[in-house]
Amino acid sequence: MVEAGDFGTSPDDVQFRFRDDEPVDHGTVTVDSALEQTNANAVRIEPGDDARLLLPFLDRLALVEINFPAFTDGRGYSAARILREAGYAGELRAVGDVLIDQLSHMRRCGFDSFAPDKRLDEEDAKRAFATWEKVYQHAADTALTGRATIAQRRHGEGA
Amino acid sequence: MYAYDQYDQQMVDARVAEFRDQARRRLEGKLTEDQFKPLRLMNGLYLQLHAYMLRVAIPYGTLNSRQMTMLGDIADRYDRGYGHFTTRQNIQYNWIKLEDAADILADLATVEMHATQTSGNCIRNISSDHFAGAAHDEVVDPRPYAELLRQWSSFHPEFSYLPRKFKICVIASEKDRAAMRLHDIGIRIIERDGELGAQFFVGGGMGRTPMIAPMVRDFVALDQLVTYAEACLRVYNRYGRRDNKYKARIKILVHELGAEEYTRQVEEEFAHLLEQGVEPPFAELERIRTFFTDPPFEDDAKSVERSDPDFAVWVDRNTHRHKHDAYVSAVISLKPVGGIPGDATGEQMRLMARLAKQYSFDEIRVMHTQNVVLPHVRIADLPALWAELHEAGLGAPNMDTIEDIIACPGLDYCSLANARSIPLAQRISERFDKSGKTGKLGELKLKISGCINACGHHHAGHIGILGVDKKGKENYQLSLGGSEAEDVSLAKITGPGFDEDGVIEAVEKVTDLYLAQRTEGERFIDTYRRLGMEPFKEALYG
Amino acid sequence: MRILTGNDLKTGAVVWWTGEFWSLHVDEAVDVGERAEEIMAAEEAARRVNVPYAIEATREDDGHVRPAHIKDRVRALGPTVRPDLTLKPQDPEALDWVI
Repeated sequence: MVEAGDFGTSPDDVQFRFRDDEPVDHGTVTVDSALEQTNANAVRIEPGDDARLLLPFLDRLALVEINFPAFTDGRGYSAARILREAGYAGELRAVGDVLIDQLSHMRRCGFDSFAPDKRLDEEDAKRAFATWEKVYQHAADTALTGRATIAQRRHGEGA
Repeated sequence: MYAYDQYDQQMVDARVAEFRDQARRRLEGKLTEDQFKPLRLMNGLYLQLHAYMLRVAIPYGTLNSRQMTMLGDIADRYDRGYGHFTTRQNIQYNWIKLEDAADILADLATVEMHATQTSGNCIRNISSDHFAGAAHDEVVDPRPYAELLRQWSSFHPEFSYLPRKFKICVIASEKDRAAMRLHDIGIRIIERDGELGAQFFVGGGMGRTPMIAPMVRDFVALDQLVTYAEACLRVYNRYGRRDNKYKARIKILVHELGAEEYTRQVEEEFAHLLEQGVEPPFAELERIRTFFTDPPFEDDAKSVERSDPDFAVWVDRNTHRHKHDAYVSAVISLKPVGGIPGDATGEQMRLMARLAKQYSFDEIRVMHTQNVVLPHVRIADLPALWAELHEAGLGAPNMDTIEDIIACPGLDYCSLANARSIPLAQRISERFDKSGKTGKLGELKLKISGCINACGHHHAGHIGILGVDKKGKENYQLSLGGSEAEDVSLAKITGPGFDEDGVIEAVEKVTDLYLAQRTEGERFIDTYRRLGMEPFKEALYG
Repeated sequence: MRILTGNDLKTGAVVWWTGEFWSLHVDEAVDVGERAEEIMAAEEAARRVNVPYAIEATREDDGHVRPAHIKDRVRALGPTVRPDLTLKPQDPEALDWVI
């Protein structure tokens, strides 16, 4: 029986999702709890948590929420990339103070699901996700999709 | 110098469109000021003391005549006819309207310029040696590496919400002409056993708690430069303090962890990131380097007629040795006696642009000391160049003298300031010019900050002045013994502060003491280091 | 007295609450007393001012309004080092008033 937590967002809170599979239907546990319980499959990372603590259990995680209590606190971007770099393939959800102008950077860092505290304008969000036609630097998106960076394009590498 | 390709151009054009949309949403009320503020800061737009202030990026201080002309046109068209060159090699305009900002950015984009990331908690303009590509003592031109890092740091998705601002500097000589050790990351390109590599210094800075960056790595291979920088930034983004704005810079993290532990964490992250393919293809660095090859230097006269004493003084003080013996780098002073340090009118900017085209292979540099450089001037052309500069009020022969004051905008322009800094600079330069002491004093780096944020770099001044608020009145603390060069040191406060008249007297007293006590060849900073603070304290406070 | 100041949203110009509108001239500022927060909230929400705040000031004998803090006096006048760019370029006493 999967350990369900009291924390976190539910599928109803998710406003944007870029996955085909079914979202997890229960809440998340904290990182501390996840380390203790061997069957939790949904975890919530707070800004002060070390995402690498989850590395031994990535295979059993279907959902990792990363909380942005204030949009100015950028620790979640590093946490997201670290998880993707470690091969985490489950849902990576940005929650909290998620505003239009952070969406594209979050997507680039590997988030594929978004549950902002305040629902966002759909049109503005669509435009925001399409911000980066080309990108300078390597990030989770270039790794996951094989999308070429500008430097790679200049030298005939990558798609 | 670097020229945009279609990718770079698309990027700035898209950012202009994005900002135009953001500004529109703000003006329509769809964004509150709290939501808009970090967005406008990412495009260098501050709400300042008198109006919006726009800080335009001049990457590693390099620009051409077309760009300088545009900067002059912007000053005339959108501002009040002038701009201010800053201590980070950028330019800022003080009287900008929000409703014009997107148009200004669009104009800048037509000449491959922008105002991206000149503010906010992100990686800022990457600075470099203003004599890069010209200096006789550099190992290599540092600017290709600065350009590589500029592109890497632009709109970096992981590092756009750092604990605080982040400043990187790249040099390539033993001599430090860019205050490299006082940056969040300072990089020195060196040669070792025939191979080029990068020394990394992390955790320097000024502000409230000035610190000199310790060396974190003595040799990073050039094809791992970006990966190493990314490792340094990631450790900072994860562990930099976010609980206290005044303890949020990386220097505090390095200090609190200790350089050894910080280094250990960086090395661990670096080893991990090496497997992630973060580094751009090496061909990209090679491509960027092709933009920084030498202009077609010609053999010519190695000396010039110096019978005019004013010209001779200017040549001695304002020209710097070039790697080619028929050339020098020439400094255009933006410190006329009694003038506002670093300010230039639109007309002066257009003049400098023309002079660059005519005398310097169309290249200009901005110094962090708020002057401008023509990097490649034929020695044979110096008389003609000087005549034009002299006539235009840009020929003050005072580089690195007490008249070459670095002063932040201070309370006249900046809402962070406690005291005015510009009037102090004006009065000091006038005083020493009038008394004829400027020449006698020789190299003397005087720096004035209007508040503890230290944008005037007073911690690194041979003489430093800090403006404070003393019971609602402007007051000034004097400090001595700082240096931003390779002999880097932080200045020490002399004692109780002074009012405006008092601090000018104080500067007179300490310089008089120097003149009385110096031995042959000693600069002010040397005499201070030999004598220590005591005799100066005695002279000031009796 | 307690007066309100801020910046114009579109132009960034420094402005002062006159009781009816936001003026460029500090001498037209009025005492808002206890109503500071209420007025600021309404005016900011309507985008008639950006980032307003309340400050202490005194009304002088000659009718001028003098902000208590030098920073706001610089805002009221303009940069002391460029009299030509201030609101009172011809006034020789303007600089003394700021300091």
